[in-house]
Amino acid sequence: MKRIGVFICHCGVNIADTVDVELLTEKLADYPGIAHIENYMFMCSDPGQNLIKDAVKTHKLDSVVVAACSPTLHESTFQNAIAEVDVNKYQLEIGNIREQCSWVHSNKEEGTRKAELIIKTAVEKAKLNQSLDPVSAPLTKRVLIIGGGIAGIQAALDIADGGYEVVLVEKKPSIGGHMIQLSETFPTLDCSQCILTPKMVQLGKHKNIKLYVNSEVEAIGGFMGNFKVTIKRQPQYVDPDKCTLCDDCTVACPVVVPSEYDEGLTYRKAIYVPFPQAIPASYTIDTENCLGFEPIACGECKKACLAEAIDYDKKEEIFIEDFGAVILATGFDLYPVENIPEYGYGKYLDVLNGLQFERILSATGPTGGKMLRPSDGKVPKEIVFIQCSGSRDPERHKPYCSKICCMYTLKHAKLYKHKVHDGQPYIFYIDIRSGGKRYEEFIQEGVSEDGIVYIRGKVAKIYKEGDKMIVHGMDTLTGHKVKIKADMVVLAQSIVPSEGSGKLFKTLKLGTDSNGFMSEAHPKLRPLESLQSGFYLAGAGQGPKDIPDAVSQASGAAAKVLALMSNDEVQHEPIIATVDENKCSGCSVCIGTCPYGARELNEDRIAAVNDILCEGCGACISACPSGASQQKNLTDDQIMKMINVIIN
Amino acid sequence: MAKPKVAFYWCASCGGCEEAIVDLNEDILKVADLVNIVFWPCAMDFKYDDVRKMKDGEISVSFINGAIRTEENEEMAVLLRQKSKIVISFGACSHMGGIPGLGNFWDKESIFESAYGKSCPSVDNPNRIVPQERWQVSEGELTLPKFYNTVKSLDQVIDVDYYLPGCSPEPYLTMNAIVKLLSGDLPAKGTVLAPAKALCDRCSRSETKPEKLSIKKIERVATLQPDPEKCFLAQGIICMGPVTRFGCKEEGDGRCISANMPCRGCYGPPPGVKDVGAKMVSALASIVGLDGEEEMKEEDIQKLMDQIPDPAGTFYRFSLPTSMMRRKRMTSEEN
Repeated sequence: MKRIGVFICHCGVNIADTVDVELLTEKLADYPGIAHIENYMFMCSDPGQNLIKDAVKTHKLDSVVVAACSPTLHESTFQNAIAEVDVNKYQLEIGNIREQCSWVHSNKEEGTRKAELIIKTAVEKAKLNQSLDPVSAPLTKRVLIIGGGIAGIQAALDIADGGYEVVLVEKKPSIGGHMIQLSETFPTLDCSQCILTPKMVQLGKHKNIKLYVNSEVEAIGGFMGNFKVTIKRQPQYVDPDKCTLCDDCTVACPVVVPSEYDEGLTYRKAIYVPFPQAIPASYTIDTENCLGFEPIACGECKKACLAEAIDYDKKEEIFIEDFGAVILATGFDLYPVENIPEYGYGKYLDVLNGLQFERILSATGPTGGKMLRPSDGKVPKEIVFIQCSGSRDPERHKPYCSKICCMYTLKHAKLYKHKVHDGQPYIFYIDIRSGGKRYEEFIQEGVSEDGIVYIRGKVAKIYKEGDKMIVHGMDTLTGHKVKIKADMVVLAQSIVPSEGSGKLFKTLKLGTDSNGFMSEAHPKLRPLESLQSGFYLAGAGQGPKDIPDAVSQASGAAAKVLALMSNDEVQHEPIIATVDENKCSGCSVCIGTCPYGARELNEDRIAAVNDILCEGCGACISACPSGASQQKNLTDDQIMKMINVIIN
Repeated sequence: MAKPKVAFYWCASCGGCEEAIVDLNEDILKVADLVNIVFWPCAMDFKYDDVRKMKDGEISVSFINGAIRTEENEEMAVLLRQKSKIVISFGACSHMGGIPGLGNFWDKESIFESAYGKSCPSVDNPNRIVPQERWQVSEGELTLPKFYNTVKSLDQVIDVDYYLPGCSPEPYLTMNAIVKLLSGDLPAKGTVLAPAKALCDRCSRSETKPEKLSIKKIERVATLQPDPEKCFLAQGIICMGPVTRFGCKEEGDGRCISANMPCRGCYGPPPGVKDVGAKMVSALASIVGLDGEEEMKEEDIQKLMDQIPDPAGTFYRFSLPTSMMRRKRMTSEEN
């Protein structure tokens, strides 16, 4: 018969106010299996833990039940405490009498009765708990980073500098993300390309970084420390080592396509380099728009290329590589203007989103840095900026705040004013959120020095009249309606997870929130990792954020990965599925239910569990029709005994 | 030394289990050689009083088949328990309640209404005359046993030593049981005297199962000609094989499988499984619509599950009285 010690925590008044711990200590002393029972103010404290350790030694306990708060908080605290006195840590059982009892009830009698039942069920489970050893697995010291924006680039550099091999997978033909499209960054007004390209070049040349562009992750198998990833790479058809970036091929190409880099404001050819500082420094053929080379319908670019860098015979390639950890840096896109009917469904040429405005501001953009409007090339004298377009709108669009728009809208207005001295910028806002370092000063400067007019209110409608955009808004501080005849309107569209990232997250089975952003393990204390072991998060893919935060998060995620890599092996929880060979008939119902691919039929047609892949989710156990599949320390027998305590 | 005494009795039974004894064929002579049959209402002329007169434990082994439907069934079960050293629960009805067990979706009132009342189209009983437990006639009082509201398995009314499962148990299993018990080498009390694994273990169709079993559409034997070599579940036909103990054939595929019909589960569950229906529903729910389940909406899942004809009869055909719920909830307290 096991000797179980029960330790009931008061948790100050958190538990003791609704559960009579003294009464329970007395009442349960004679319950079969309980060799020792006591209570204490704060079990998780050092003296509390010492109490447990001393009791284990004095009363020769071989199993411990702690009736306290949720196991998500202190299970490992108590597990480690009993391990220090030579009791296997899986002999520790938590009875949650706080979150599941004292915090959700107010009647002390009922709360005490319920706590008694909870403790009894924990004791019944503890009676049948077995001592277990964690499963060990080797660790692959290579890191995969998905996404080549500023966050992905920073993380890659940090880990590569730390001495480990990094593979960066980027969907587009070049790294750089959205940051490379920006004109200047707030609050310093640094030229965005000037501060980003050094990092990009460093990455391209780094001996520890392998870069796959035009590539996507197709599938992932394995588990933390031992991922097997399938990467599919579309060919560029141009050899980056031979290409001299002379541009003759684009002159020859007859196909014209809207430019992604310039957000559709100008065009590129089917053979193109996204922007001059692209890494890898190479042109790419866009096979969706190219007239085709199977058979060769045009072939002009190849004829024009003196460096003989173009090869139509390149094929799609599949790479299967091993990694120990994965960092997700998939970034963001802007909520489409097409979704906002009152602003014109995106059909007005002079109603732009923030990235489009950045391209107009940019010296390398479609207007060569001159402030001209897209419809007729005129210089806009009256320009309206609308913040929170699509954000903070739970009924129709996105409920959250996109964090960076207040800052970049002011930046836009400032830069506009620097280019058009006699122009008048208006900004419609709800609040001004400028919490970062030097952000508030930046805003005030804009208000006092650049003559920017802030109007507190939303814009109800925009429409075209003649060659003006009519903006109907509200000024809530004066209570008056406002009508502005503007030359151009810029919408600060909501930040959304980047296109295609949803499909990727599903493939990786990565948790996301209701807005599609990657879910962190804990919003306060574990913001850099996913609940799924081995996956780390960086950048705007986890939630809207500015460049300093993206860089910080990327370096933080890199630090976590470096910490992981400093071990020689990974440990895996042993609370996993097992199969009783004497009961398994090989019916295979369980095989397909495993989300981790941890089950298969062995040569004897018996189901077998891969200890390392199994995450103990229990799907196979509930599927098994013969009871052959059970979970360690959570068997059907244990569950039935716990149920019997409650219903009898 | 006197030959050991053996008894056979039938409670709420179809007679198939009596046939199963007769199906021992020539081996029945071996049985007659080894034992002395002292009670077998179906085949021999013994009376209840003969049993009442015996000493306690005088019968070495009693084989009791049929479910407990009436007071008489229960009385005889209790009597035979008293007079026997070993009681074997013989056949699915005795083991789990069997087909009569499906009566637990109704009660005495509704069953009588169905058998004697207007709801049965072939019954002409305008005055609603129903069987009575006591009836005075000029010669005296006639009695009929009480008809219970709830059907029970044998072990729910008496202590059972062993079980011979099946509808009906195979002769070879019965023969093996008799020989084993008479040899004195008794297995642990409560053992089911049949192989421990489910049908799939020995089924030749098992290898045709794909790596990931997934049912896209639930088929019925009425609407799809089953492929005689492919696993039924892989074809979308519900087969209780995974949750049913093997034993219905000494070698080769199960009896129904060999006839190109899916298993119905008459041998009951493998050891350790308490509720057949619950386990099968869990297993089925795990494989129905598995491929592409991420894209499925609630309505799609509901449509898929609606394809299961007669869930109660499919999942609890033989085992309703011994399931966790046991019966449909009743308003009256009566047994």
